[in-house]
Amino acid sequence: MKLKSTALAPYFFLSPFLLLFAVFGIFPLLFSFYLAFQSWDPIQGIDAMYYVGLGNFRFTLGDDWFWKSLYNTLWLALVAGVPQHLVAIPLACFLQQHFKRLRNTLVGMYFLPYITSTVAIAIMFSALLSTDYGAINLLLRTLADIPLIGQLFPSQNIDWLNRPENIKPAVALVVFWRYVGFNTVLYLAALQSIPKELYEAATMDGASARQQFWKITLPQLKPMMLFGITLSVIGGLQLFEEPFILTNGQGGSDKAGMTTAMYMFKTAFEFNDFGIASAISWMLFAVIVVLTLITRYAFRERPSPPRPAH
Amino acid sequence: MMKVVAPTSSPHHKLLRLPRSIAMLLRACLIAGAAMANIAKAESITVAAYPAVDQIVREAIPAWKLIHPDVDVIIVSREFNDHHTAMTTALATRSHLPDVMVVEVGYLGRFANSGGLIDLSRAPFEAKQYSDRFVAYTLPQATAKNGELTGLPGDIGPGTLFYRHDLLQRSAVTIAQLTESWDSFVSSGLKIKAATGAYLVADARNLKDVIIRAGLKPGEGIYFDTQDKVLVNSPRFHRAFELARQIRRERLDGNVKDWTGEWSQSLRSGGVATQMMGAWLGGHLANWLAPKTKGLWRASTLPERTNIAWGGTFYTIPTKAAQPKLAYEFIQMLTLKRDRQLAAFRAQDAFPALLEAQDDAFFDQPVAFLGGQLARQLWRDEAAKIRPIPVNKLDSIAAEIVNTALDKVLNDNMPIAAALAEANRFLEYRQRKP
Repeated sequence: MKLKSTALAPYFFLSPFLLLFAVFGIFPLLFSFYLAFQSWDPIQGIDAMYYVGLGNFRFTLGDDWFWKSLYNTLWLALVAGVPQHLVAIPLACFLQQHFKRLRNTLVGMYFLPYITSTVAIAIMFSALLSTDYGAINLLLRTLADIPLIGQLFPSQNIDWLNRPENIKPAVALVVFWRYVGFNTVLYLAALQSIPKELYEAATMDGASARQQFWKITLPQLKPMMLFGITLSVIGGLQLFEEPFILTNGQGGSDKAGMTTAMYMFKTAFEFNDFGIASAISWMLFAVIVVLTLITRYAFRERPSPPRPAH
Repeated sequence: MMKVVAPTSSPHHKLLRLPRSIAMLLRACLIAGAAMANIAKAESITVAAYPAVDQIVREAIPAWKLIHPDVDVIIVSREFNDHHTAMTTALATRSHLPDVMVVEVGYLGRFANSGGLIDLSRAPFEAKQYSDRFVAYTLPQATAKNGELTGLPGDIGPGTLFYRHDLLQRSAVTIAQLTESWDSFVSSGLKIKAATGAYLVADARNLKDVIIRAGLKPGEGIYFDTQDKVLVNSPRFHRAFELARQIRRERLDGNVKDWTGEWSQSLRSGGVATQMMGAWLGGHLANWLAPKTKGLWRASTLPERTNIAWGGTFYTIPTKAAQPKLAYEFIQMLTLKRDRQLAAFRAQDAFPALLEAQDDAFFDQPVAFLGGQLARQLWRDEAAKIRPIPVNKLDSIAAEIVNTALDKVLNDNMPIAAALAEANRFLEYRQRKP
């Protein structure tokens, strides 16, 4: 008897978490999977639900807005995601090499956008991106007045958030700004775990700084790159808050800023169709799984090439 | 130092040996529990509302307490969209429902046909008896397809054209010229732009939104007829799109969406000469949007004498409400009592839906913000001419699809016929959803 009670004790102490996880984690997951095969207008109550088989998936596959939202999402994931890493890696190396005491302060500053409320960020950027009163257009106008380089900049104010061709770059800018610091912290942590001996040995062998970067730093960063890029893929494909707030929840002109997560939210709460919204979410999940697997495949361990003979 | 002697405790206490803090906690729980039981004994009704309406409800509480001193009114207030999302989920689970649910007219079509709201036309409510006391178009708005009456109107929003009197004067344009027809509206806009530099409207979309609501034939909704036929590829939409495109091509709109920072800035600075909206915008302009423009604005009927409803509030009772009778009594007070309707009008610019409240002397007083205009009389006359428009549960998605079609016309020069045909096809596809 006594043995049994001690065996159960851990579960008792874990139960607060398990209970919360079951209610807020597992149940919604299973329920949304169930809903994906039902048609349900939630306002009509739970009794109004009926089974439609794969109908929701068929409908979504034929829905132009779903494909458009998926295109927007992939575009944003790519344009906001790739530069994050292209900037974060050199930035982390730079901070690692040139700053000792100031490093933590600087990293903290780069990290700040990541922990700031999305709403505050989006409101701030809405003000910055304002057509007639925004600081970004003001800066561009000033630059356009400078002789010689002035021609490189537009003389007219850019309507960032109302022209469909500008919405995605504007959102991508915000997302990039927000997450580049987070990635820098990741890479900095990875850099600090690279054994110094590798660099010392390379220096002894006469390797230049550039060679050390390409032959030591980058290969050693590979596991962290896989981690960081996987997070970017998942986060990028689930992008919701930034475009939602920057476009007042509407997705912008011609739905150019409507991501799949936003479309799912709109389908559920504005068009009151929880069945199709659930189907969209599971299709988005499938896309995320596929892209994550591709990322893993791209970073797989390859057998090292045979050394060139001297 | 003196030694503090603990009071002798009972043997029971010693036996239990509860740590003091836990004992105190238990005692506190007991007291709290008793207090909760007391509260539960006293009756209360819960009202779920959004800003401005929550204030109207709050201001009605003293009058309510005179009739029901022991029935408390609990107000649950949320931001406008959050409120309707919360009500959607409450209806979905049929739980945590308030006794009185405030519903904005844009959501009423969906909520009324949900089966989750009490039919007020039946006993013991018999609300149909009041149909002559409200502005004519309101009760049909709250009537579901099966004839159930799901709510009573609190306030209405007669559509109106706010315009900058000073800018018109500087451009030598009269209001009659401006509103005679949509074509004269555009040509006057050109003069205003030339003389003052101000845009005619904030967004070309505003014109489209008014024109597609005008001249509906019997049995026609905005996007669907009562037989669910899609009406988007029709002359009404073609004309609306053509005028919106003309506005954009002549650079008469600022391409600024309503309720954005740039929009309010242009209302403040005189960057835009007119704004079409519900009469209630006057209160927003005066109170926070553009208080410094006092005396510069006037109100008028919409171009081509278009009469449309623009917003409005309804009070409904969920079928699962705990106190339907008290809730109904409360609703009657808010909607059928002249003094409450007028108080809401005075304090929150909530235009009365109750006809007998519209005879008050307040309607004959000049509106200082509108340069002393007798605007309330104008809105009263407008409201009487508005006809109800049948709603469809796909209206909200139809509005987005049509807006996107217009975006393509305005931004990508997509031919109007092609854009509307595509929108029509999208909507027909939506109708085929499982």
